[in-house]
Amino acid sequence: MSVKLETGEVQSPSAGALFLAFLAVGLSGFGGVLPFARRALVERRRWLTETDFNETLALCQSLPGPNIVNMSVVVGSRFAGPRGAVACVTGLVAAPVALVLVLAELWSRFGALGQVRAAVGGLAAAAAGLAAATTLKMARPILSRAPLSAGSIIIAAFVAVGLLRLPLPWVALSLAPLSVLIAWRRGR
Amino acid sequence: MKVGDTLGALAAQFTVLSLLAFGGANAVVPEMHRQAVDVRHWMSDGEFTALFAIAQAAPGPNFMISTLVGWKAAGLAGALVATAAMCGPSCLLTYWVAKAWDRFREAPWRRALAAGLAPVTVGLVAATFWLLVRAADRDVRLALVTAATLATTYFTRLSPLWCLAAAAGLGSLGLL
Repeated sequence: MSVKLETGEVQSPSAGALFLAFLAVGLSGFGGVLPFARRALVERRRWLTETDFNETLALCQSLPGPNIVNMSVVVGSRFAGPRGAVACVTGLVAAPVALVLVLAELWSRFGALGQVRAAVGGLAAAAAGLAAATTLKMARPILSRAPLSAGSIIIAAFVAVGLLRLPLPWVALSLAPLSVLIAWRRGR
Repeated sequence: MKVGDTLGALAAQFTVLSLLAFGGANAVVPEMHRQAVDVRHWMSDGEFTALFAIAQAAPGPNFMISTLVGWKAAGLAGALVATAAMCGPSCLLTYWVAKAWDRFREAPWRRALAAGLAPVTVGLVAATFWLLVRAADRDVRLALVTAATLATTYFTRLSPLWCLAAAAGLGSLGLL
């Protein structure tokens, strides 16, 4: 059939193909895997349409857990059930985890050397900058929609966890329902 | 503490964090730090920051700081337990929710849920930033690296890898 329908009609990939695709995605993603996932799933393999990808991402972002791992679960299970989900998650996670453990092992052996210590120090300073940029990028659309209420929640979460160092479960269980309630009332 | 106890603590802690990590793993980094450094004394503040930097520099999803916390606490077994506990619970939840997704995709409560959780996540990621800045920026030059990375990633579409590579390079050349 030459007419390509919406998602999944482009011949469902096997668990093996899913594993390999996510293996490549996991290893190519430096500082964030999502753009690579989009390229692999939408542009190169055409397993998902652009809309599919965005909706799947929206689902994965409203659930807890690493977003890209959630996404691999959704994509895998859609095409090949539980086996597909396991294949995707394993493919995504296994190689980066092995690699990061090798790096950590090297760091524990040579981390005391002046050069290595200084390189890791530089990395840490840059990582702080990345976290700052992520914060600003996430905050911008939220603050433009509801400056006062969202701003107060952002500050409250920051002060409670960042400055007062209160346990996250208590902070999340008190702030999240409050914030959702505010959003609910604003939406009506 | 016996190894089994440590593994149990890792499993319990990361299972909770997995289910609290709305907006991704970066939101729960301050709690990982609190547990690993302040409560359990598995590592020092500086070691945590170094491991976070290593996790950022490696390719792959950004939850891998949890893998390294497990590794530091209990070696390879700890790394595997922490990774499985960080990913497993949220994967199961996602698997289950994805099947029912079409039914409530447009539901107003789902929009309120997403809109309400977002600012909490931003506050928590800001706390992650604060944690890292305090540990990493020990002098003016390191603070400049942070500022330059922030500006580059925020204002350009350059891959963050270049900033990380440049920072590590400057450090190893003795310029930081």
